[in-house]
Amino acid sequence: MRRALLALLLLGAAPQPAVRGDLLLASDAPRLADYGLFDASGNPAPGVAPYTLGTPLFSDHAEKFRYVWLPPGTRASYRASGALAFPVGTVLIKRFAFPADLRQPARDLRPVETRLLIHRATGWVALSYVEEGGEAVLKRAGKRVPVNVIGQDGQPLAIDYAVPNQNQCKQCHQAGEAITPIGPTAGNLNHGLNGAGQSQMVQWQATGRLDGLPATGVPQLARWDDPKQPLAARARAYLAVNCGHCHDRAGFASNSGLYLGPEEATPAHLGILKRPVAAGRGSGGREFSIQPGNPDASILVHRMESSEPGIMMPQFGRSMPHREGVALIRAWISAMDPAAPAG
Amino acid sequence: MRKATGALLAAYIFAGTPGGSAAARMIHVGPGDNAQERLQTALIEAAPGDIIHIAAGRYALADGLSLDVDGVTIRGDGPERTILDFTAQKGEGEGLLITSDNVVVRDLGVENPAGNGIKSKGSDGIALVNIRVEWTGGPKSTNGAYGLYPVSSKNVLIDRSFVRGASDAGIYVGQSQNIIVRRSRAEMNVAGIEIENSHDAAVVGNIATNNAGGILVFDLPDLPQQGGRNVKVSGNQVVGNNHVNFAAPGNIVAGVPSGTGIMVMANRNVSVWGNQVIGNNGNAVMVVAYTQAFTDKAYNPLPQAVDVWGNDFRGNGSAPAFPGGKQIAAAVGGTLPPVMWDGITRYTVPGTAEARMASGGVRSDVPGITLNLGTHGTPATAARPSPLPVTDFGKLVPGADIGVTLPAELEARSR
Repeated sequence: MRRALLALLLLGAAPQPAVRGDLLLASDAPRLADYGLFDASGNPAPGVAPYTLGTPLFSDHAEKFRYVWLPPGTRASYRASGALAFPVGTVLIKRFAFPADLRQPARDLRPVETRLLIHRATGWVALSYVEEGGEAVLKRAGKRVPVNVIGQDGQPLAIDYAVPNQNQCKQCHQAGEAITPIGPTAGNLNHGLNGAGQSQMVQWQATGRLDGLPATGVPQLARWDDPKQPLAARARAYLAVNCGHCHDRAGFASNSGLYLGPEEATPAHLGILKRPVAAGRGSGGREFSIQPGNPDASILVHRMESSEPGIMMPQFGRSMPHREGVALIRAWISAMDPAAPAG
Repeated sequence: MRKATGALLAAYIFAGTPGGSAAARMIHVGPGDNAQERLQTALIEAAPGDIIHIAAGRYALADGLSLDVDGVTIRGDGPERTILDFTAQKGEGEGLLITSDNVVVRDLGVENPAGNGIKSKGSDGIALVNIRVEWTGGPKSTNGAYGLYPVSSKNVLIDRSFVRGASDAGIYVGQSQNIIVRRSRAEMNVAGIEIENSHDAAVVGNIATNNAGGILVFDLPDLPQQGGRNVKVSGNQVVGNNHVNFAAPGNIVAGVPSGTGIMVMANRNVSVWGNQVIGNNGNAVMVVAYTQAFTDKAYNPLPQAVDVWGNDFRGNGSAPAFPGGKQIAAAVGGTLPPVMWDGITRYTVPGTAEARMASGGVRSDVPGITLNLGTHGTPATAARPSPLPVTDFGKLVPGADIGVTLPAELEARSR
């Protein structure tokens, strides 16, 4: 850090922000600005690099901008499954913003919150900074933020946006008893930035941010919205990203027996002809998580289509159904062979 | 979860001793504006050993609350005085979620949670004491599933609590071990008290009344923890559990016939002793194999070594609601005897050879019947009822030992 400051001084102290790697490791800053990750107009500091995922989590149509900062001289290590192994000092950043009109997602963006996952010596820490009075301030207990936009149908849409509290961060980012990143897996980064050009995995390796990338055999999670990809691969990618972090043997929903990670192979654990365990009214009167060939008889679809607490899945992180996501899962279940044996 | 150290355990004990260490803080939260954020902030900022005192009053909460700090006590001023009101809940599947160890929640009420009332997930040491969870609009299929819901937990105590209106089980302990449910009351739920996929559990001195089923001991397939066993159901009053079953179809409890007192499914080494089982119109005690088809090769659907003895059975069995029940009752003189076993002793998992019961099914010291269904999957309408032999349990008089001991520190904070 001192060396970086010195370098800046020698360069004539450009007005660029400098990332406070020491502060990131040491304490939960009350204001996002304290960490120096962005300048006043929201541009990332040097070294704060954008990345995109092939299939992202649905968050009420929020536009999400992801960045990673690695301490100078360090790099992530390749892992074929799960998130890449990021060194201590890493910060993963996700900024949430809503466009004034959902049909023009790049225009008139109103920032709402910025979430940080900081890799400290004792493990990962999740912090959320909420826009209040012109600055992003730390909110541990979460917050409801009313957001008014024009919806995809051209009508005004009121979104009851919920910033998660610190415990909710962990509920999703849970691996056993620790916190872990979810999004930046090799499979989900094995696409070009913004879906174009060379794979980000290859770019990261080439720019010294990644170690150990094999020459072949790197998995690729399908883009959920790419009609050129096979339907099942898109559906499994969607479920992996939107459900698989909790519905995992080490996740918050481990007790459900429903496991939706990208590598799950047992039909019963994927929900095929699986009866509910503790769904209560979440079952919607349906008998199986997935009834092959019949989305209307599948609990999975019922819970994705609901916005009622106690029924809806995920349990938080959205306040409205994701129409396109539901359509994808419906199409996938419809295409399943109803006569296939349970397993 | 962060593990409590020996030093912290010592601090808890000092905190309860006059003139002891001041290490444990008392954090007070009162009703009023912004209660959601103040409560959740207190729960996040608590340190091990702290007591969070939620003062008397009604707290209208739009989102679920959660605790992830070990060794915390959450304490209200009484189940009718400190009321966490989730009537307008907009998010989360629980009213209060606990994901840490050695936690006591006591002396408060939870009303109308959208999903479950209080859930613990993965807790080692969780005590829910003198809690009221109630859906105040009465029993409805749109009520939340479970009132008190420890799951994947260890060293579980539910004591002196009350649950009314749950659309699944009032008190439900799932995939857990070392469990005591005692001195609690469950009424007008689909199931009163349910122990599922758990081992080493004691359900003692409770009242289960006016549920569709009083006390259930179940085991289900395709779950991370299965093989339910070593469950004692003792000294409970299981009375008039004739409520209509209002569970959403699809759930396993939706298949529990209204009028069931105590039901044991696919568990082994279960003792039903010294209960008063009165006025349940269906089976006083029903012992059955898992009722559905399954494909899990690691799962055993059969109940084994279920002992029913020393109970006070009165006025049960007049109107069994399960398919074929009326005909079976008629065939044995109009009223079912206190104990009924489905008599299933064989099952086949697809792709494997037929398996048979390794040890005996049911022993009872009162009259009972077996339906002699034989093979798993045979419906009750194919029953060929015959009497069960009456077993003399002789000198097997149980003592005060309920077979489960909880950590002394947890018990001390729960007194």
